[in-house]
Amino acid sequence: MLEPTAAQIRDEKIYRKLGLTDAEYQQVVEKLGRLPNYVEAGIFGVLWSEHCSYKSSKAHLRKFPTTGPQVLQGPGENAGVVDIGDGLAVAFKMESHNHPSAVEPYQGAATGVGGILRDIFTMGARPIAFLDSLRFGSLEDGRTRYLFEQVVAGIGGYGNCVGIPTVGGEVQFSPTYRGNPLVNAMCVGLLKRDEMVTGTATGVGNPVFVVGARTGRDGIHGATFASAEDPHEKERSAVQVGDPFLGKLLMEACLELIASGAVVGIQDMGAAGLTSSSAEMASRAGGGIEMNLDDVPVRESGMTPYEMMLSESQERMLVVLERGREEVAFEIFRRFGLEVANVGRVTDDGRLRLFFRGEVVADMPVAALVDEAPVYERPIADWKPPVPQFVPTTLAISEAWMQLLAHPSVADKTWVHRQYDTSVRASTVLGPGHDAALVKVPGVNKAVAMATDGNSRYVYLNPRRGGQIAVAEAVRNLAVVGAKPLAITNCLNFGNPEKPEIMRQLSDAIEGMAEACEALGTPVVSGNVSLYNETRGVDIQPTPVVGAIGVMDGIEHRVPSAPKSVLEPTELWVLGREDDSLSGTLYGELVCGGPAGDAPYVNLAQEARLHQLLQQVAGARLVAAAHDVSEGGIAITLTEICIASGIGAEVEVADGADAHGWLFSEAQGRVLVAVTSANADALARLAATFNVPARKMGELTGETLCVKLQGALLVELPLNELVATYEGAIPSFFVAEQLTATH
Amino acid sequence: MKWAVIVFPGSNCDEDAAFAIREVTGDEAHLIWHDARDLSDFDAIVLPGGFSYGDYLRSGAIARFSPVVEAVKREAQKGKLVLGICNGFQVLTESHLLPGALLRNDNLQFRCEMTELVVENNQSPFTADYAIGERIRIPIAHGEGRFVADDTTLAKLQADRRVAFTYHANPNGSVQNIAGILNLQGNVLGLMPHPERAVMEWMDSVDGRRMFLSMHRYMKEARALVGANGSANS
Amino acid sequence: MKTYEVEVRIWLKPSVFDPQGHAVEQALHTLGYAEASDLRIGKYMHLTVQSASLSEAQTRVEEMCERVLSNPVMETYAYTLKEVALS
Repeated sequence: MLEPTAAQIRDEKIYRKLGLTDAEYQQVVEKLGRLPNYVEAGIFGVLWSEHCSYKSSKAHLRKFPTTGPQVLQGPGENAGVVDIGDGLAVAFKMESHNHPSAVEPYQGAATGVGGILRDIFTMGARPIAFLDSLRFGSLEDGRTRYLFEQVVAGIGGYGNCVGIPTVGGEVQFSPTYRGNPLVNAMCVGLLKRDEMVTGTATGVGNPVFVVGARTGRDGIHGATFASAEDPHEKERSAVQVGDPFLGKLLMEACLELIASGAVVGIQDMGAAGLTSSSAEMASRAGGGIEMNLDDVPVRESGMTPYEMMLSESQERMLVVLERGREEVAFEIFRRFGLEVANVGRVTDDGRLRLFFRGEVVADMPVAALVDEAPVYERPIADWKPPVPQFVPTTLAISEAWMQLLAHPSVADKTWVHRQYDTSVRASTVLGPGHDAALVKVPGVNKAVAMATDGNSRYVYLNPRRGGQIAVAEAVRNLAVVGAKPLAITNCLNFGNPEKPEIMRQLSDAIEGMAEACEALGTPVVSGNVSLYNETRGVDIQPTPVVGAIGVMDGIEHRVPSAPKSVLEPTELWVLGREDDSLSGTLYGELVCGGPAGDAPYVNLAQEARLHQLLQQVAGARLVAAAHDVSEGGIAITLTEICIASGIGAEVEVADGADAHGWLFSEAQGRVLVAVTSANADALARLAATFNVPARKMGELTGETLCVKLQGALLVELPLNELVATYEGAIPSFFVAEQLTATH
Repeated sequence: MKWAVIVFPGSNCDEDAAFAIREVTGDEAHLIWHDARDLSDFDAIVLPGGFSYGDYLRSGAIARFSPVVEAVKREAQKGKLVLGICNGFQVLTESHLLPGALLRNDNLQFRCEMTELVVENNQSPFTADYAIGERIRIPIAHGEGRFVADDTTLAKLQADRRVAFTYHANPNGSVQNIAGILNLQGNVLGLMPHPERAVMEWMDSVDGRRMFLSMHRYMKEARALVGANGSANS
Repeated sequence: MKTYEVEVRIWLKPSVFDPQGHAVEQALHTLGYAEASDLRIGKYMHLTVQSASLSEAQTRVEEMCERVLSNPVMETYAYTLKEVALS
C-alpha cells in the first residue's frame, strides 16, 4: 500500500482520519513550516488526541491541589509518588481502558491491567497491589453479562499471572453503562524514597533502547480511537493482546535494571507506543531523540515507519541508559530471555527525528508535539439533570430492604473477587470485602491502605457535590480501617466534551473533587481522563472514580468491616450526623425508575473531623469493626456487618427520624462501628472531643435483624434470608447459562 | 537447615515461600534460578506457585524441562524433602515425580479463596504436626487445580495412604476431593493450596506454619541420626 | 533438507472430563442445537519442520507430541504432515 503524499493529506483531508481537525492541521503546518508527511501527521494525530493531550480537560485539571509535604511526585509522570515514612514511598496511578474493553472485554481489561502495571514499575517501584473500578449496564442484558464475565476474567488473567494481588475496587451496575462499560485499573507500588526514576531522556548521546516484546501491527491508532465515539464501528484490528508472562519477565528485568543504576529514564510504550514514549521522554528533559526505525525489532515483515511509530503492541518499554553501561542491560535482559535493541540516542536539538532505510522519515519539534499541543476552553452550558425532585416512599420497608440487597451494585461480590488472586505476595492484611484494602510492607510493621470509589448517580444529580462525595467516600474508606489518608489518583470518565452540558459536568465535578481534596488533605498526584464515553450520542452519567492511598503504622490497629466473632456484648454505634433524606439514593432510583432528587448531604469540615476521629479510634483499638454507610444506607451497612459476623442485630431508629429515610438515606459522613460495651463510653468521649455526633443505635444479637421505632418493632428480617439474597444475587444471573453467544 | 526455593520464569510465589520458611523455621531459604544443575547443598527443595512459562502449553509442562528439575529428581531420590505448591505441584506431576495430572477447574474459573482441608495422613515429614482428620484452613489460588488420575492410580494412592489432604468442600472438581498427594517414599508432597499464605496472625490463618515446622523438625532429626551413625547420606 | 508443514491436534482422553466442552455443548443446546453432542475442546498447533526425510520428520514430530506438546497422562494427539515445495 502506498502512503499518501503530504499534498494528498492536505488536499484529500486525510488528516481527519488521523484524528486532526482542520484547525489543528493548520497549526501543525505552521509549527513545522511545511506540510507534514504521513508519518508526521499520524504522530501529531495521536499526540494531540484527547487521550494523550488532555486538550479538553487540561484547563480544568489545574484546579486540583497537587502538592503537600507527603508528595514526592505529582501529576505529569508515569505515576504519582507519596512518602509513607521510614524512607519508603508508594507509587500509584489509575487508568481507564473503557473503549478497548467495550470491543474485546477480556483483552481490553487484561491490557489495561498490564499497562498500569508498567506505569508503576517504571517509577522504580515494586508493584504490590491492583484495584479495579468497574461499571456495567444491567445484568439482565446478555451483552452486559458477557462483558462483565470477560472483563473480570481478563483482569484475573493478567493480574494473577504476574503475581500481583487484586485486593480491592468496586463494581457497579447501571443502565447508563450499557453500551459503554468502564474499566479503570489502579496499581500501587512500593519503593525506597530516594530511588525513584522517571520517564526523562537526558544526557546527550545516551543510547535509547526498545525492550520487551516485538512490535507488530496491533492496536494501530488505539489512542485516537479511544477518543472517538462508538468503538464498535471501528475496525477490530485495533485490539491489542496482552502477554502477562512476558509482562512479568519485563517487570523483573526492568526492576533489576533500575536497581543497577544504569537507567537514565524509562517509560512504558502505552497508548501510541513508540510515539508517545519517545516524545514525552524528550519533552520532560527539554531535549530531543533520534531513532533509527530499522533497528526496532518487529514481529511482522514489511512494517512501515508509520506502523512502527503507532503500534500499540503490549509489553514494550523505552529505556534510556547511561552511555557505557549498556552491557549491564544486555546481561539482565539476556537472562530473562527478553529482546533489547538500541534504536537511537538522546540529542539536544529538541527534535524527534526518525530514520528509516537511510532516509529521514520524520523530523518534528518535540515542544510542538507535546507541550504546545492544543488546549481547549470548550464551551460550558448551564445544565440541570432532567430528574424528578420528589422521592415518594412507596415500598414496604422489608421489600425495599431485600430489593436493595439484591441489587448487583450492593450484593455480595465474591463471584468477582474469587476469580482474582487476592493473596499472592503473602502480604494482604485486609482484602476485598473491607472498606479499604491493607497491604503489608515487608520488613516493617506498616501497611499501605487503598480504596476506590465513585458514584455516578450523585455526580449526575449534582456534579459539584457528587465530585466532593467521590473523594470524601474513597478517603473515608481509608480512615475507616484506621489508616492515615495521604493522596489520591483518579479516572475522570465523562461523555462527549464537545457538548457544553458535559463540560459543565466535568468542570463542576473537578471543582467539587478539588474542594474535597483540600479539605481532607489528600492532593491529586496522578490521574487519567477518559472522554467520549457515549453510545450513539447518549453520554454516560459522569463518573469520576477516585483511588485513595493511605498508610497505617502498626497493623495491629487495623479495623475490619465486621467483627470476626462476637464473644462479648457488642454495641452498634453510628458516628456522624444522622439523616433521613432519600434524595439521590439507590432507594430513590428503585422507586422512581432512575436517579431522583439531589446528591446526598455532604459536609467536608465534618468529614475531616470524622476521619481524624476514626484514626484515633483505631489507634486506641476501641472498636471491633467499622463500616462506612454508603449505597443502600444504614440498612445495607448493618446487613453487611451482620452477614460477615454471622450474628443478628437489634437497632433503634433515630429520634424523630422518618424510618424509611433513616434506613436508606445515603447522606455522607456516617460510619457504623461495633464496640464492646466495655469500650462504649470511651468511644463516646472520644467522638465528643472531635465534635462528631455518636449514638448507640443498637447491638449485635440474635439471628434476625430487628429495627425498632420508639421501642416498637418496625421490621424483623431473618439473617439466613438476608444471606441468601445477598450472596445469591450476582451468581443467579449465571446459573442457567454457562456461556452465551451474545458477542 | 538450608532450603532451596526454585524460581522458574513466571514463578510468582517464590518470595512468599522463602518468607514463610524464614519466618516460621528461622532457616536459610535461597532463591535458585531454573538453570541450576546441582542442589546437593540443600536440605529441602520447594517448587513454588506461579505461572511458569506462562502455563501456555499446560501448567508446569515447560518448566519440567529446566535443568533444575533433573537436580530436583536426583535429590528426591536421595530422600530429600521436595514440596510442590500449586504450580509446583503441576511441575511435579508433569515431571512424573508424582502421579496424576491437574486440569482446568470444573467451574472454569480461577478460584482464590480460603479452603478447609482434611488431613488424611499425618505420618509424612510434611504433615507430622497435624492430627489425622483435623481440618485446617489454607487458601487456594488456581485455575487448573482439578486433580485427575486413572482408577488404578487412585486405588494405589489410597492403598499406600498417599493422599495427604482432601478438600472439605471441593472447589475445583478434583477426583475424590484430593488436594495434595505424596510419592511412594513419602518425601515428595504436591498440593494445590498455599501453606505459605497461612503463616502469620494477620493472614487469616496460621495453619500452614505446621507444615514448615514438620519439615524442619524432620530434617533436623534426620541430620542428627546421620551424625549419630556417622554414616554418609543414604 | 525438506520442509514439512505439520498440524497437531491434542485433546483430552475420552475418560477425562472436559468442562469447557461440556459448557459449550450446554450452550448449543440452550440455543436450539439439540442435535449436538459429545463436544470436546482441544488444541490445534501448526508448525513447520526441516527434515531429511518423511520418516525422520514423523519420528521427530511424534517425539515432540509425546514429550512436550501433549501430556500422555490425560491427553491424546494426532498429527498430519505434508511436504511443502520450496518456491
